Amino acid sequence: MKALLALLALMLSVPSFAQSALPPAPYADRQIADPALEKKARTLMETIRCLTCQSQSIADSNASMAGDLRSQIRERILAGEQPEHIRAWLIERYGDWVSYEPTADPILWPLWAAPLLLLGLGLLILRGRIKRRRP
Amino acid sequence: MRKLLIWLPLVLFLGFFGLFASGLLRPDDRIITSKLVGKPLPAFALPAAASDRPPLANMQLATGKPRLLNIFASWCVPCAAEAPQLMALKQAGVEIDAIAIRDARPDVDAFLKRYGNPYARIGLDARSEVQIALGSSGVPESFVIDGRGRIAYQHVGDIREDDVPMILNRLRSAK
Repeated sequence: MKALLALLALMLSVPSFAQSALPPAPYADRQIADPALEKKARTLMETIRCLTCQSQSIADSNASMAGDLRSQIRERILAGEQPEHIRAWLIERYGDWVSYEPTADPILWPLWAAPLLLLGLGLLILRGRIKRRRP
Repeated sequence: MRKLLIWLPLVLFLGFFGLFASGLLRPDDRIITSKLVGKPLPAFALPAAASDRPPLANMQLATGKPRLLNIFASWCVPCAAEAPQLMALKQAGVEIDAIAIRDARPDVDAFLKRYGNPYARIGLDARSEVQIALGSSGVPESFVIDGRGRIAYQHVGDIREDDVPMILNRLRSAK
């Protein structure tokens, strides 16, 4: 019985990290009425990293700062700003870190080249096999 | 050739093993610094966050003299822990302004009454807009602003007792 009560108490406990008591910003959890614009905002939000919970995108995070950033992105998209402009603005402040979208930075060239190299290797092996099959 | 190829999986395994081991053993560094250090403050004008302190705009931080800009919130526990250090800095003659993140005036008033008020001006950033524009990723953070209103240094996290001399040095060299 005691164990059950303790278990119930555990279920009742609230997440312990400190968050603001203020209600979320207007567009934090409300979609834009125009589905095309909402899709634009949503696609961007899914590739922007949350600063509080660092392995989530701001679209997934419940952190208050992520909510504020979602609202800001929706408002800026509503005002006619392009998603890539907002991404560049954020990278200017937080570095490449904030974006999940890989850039064309030289350090990432191996990443872009890997699929091509693997495909080439596969073709080479395939050619070797076909040649061997009909001597 | 074939004989050598047999060793390839092992070599790959050892390579990945080494990569993961080095990633696991490296100390966890999750501090995201602002890329605006060395650049001018973004433009902003915030309403007053406390009843007895004036509001804050970026122009008021370029006074020809280095100042400290503290990002805090009444709901943030490490901000309370940092309060004595800010008081010590104020006593050392540092002018400190603040931005309260996602806060409300009664809460800020209560916080300052409880932990002391080292601030000259306090702006209220109810929707983290200025915080994001500054490239700040949490509370508390402190920015050393030079006389021309440029960010000279960013301190992420609370200012501990042994950080105080370093902050004073940063302020001195941010002329």
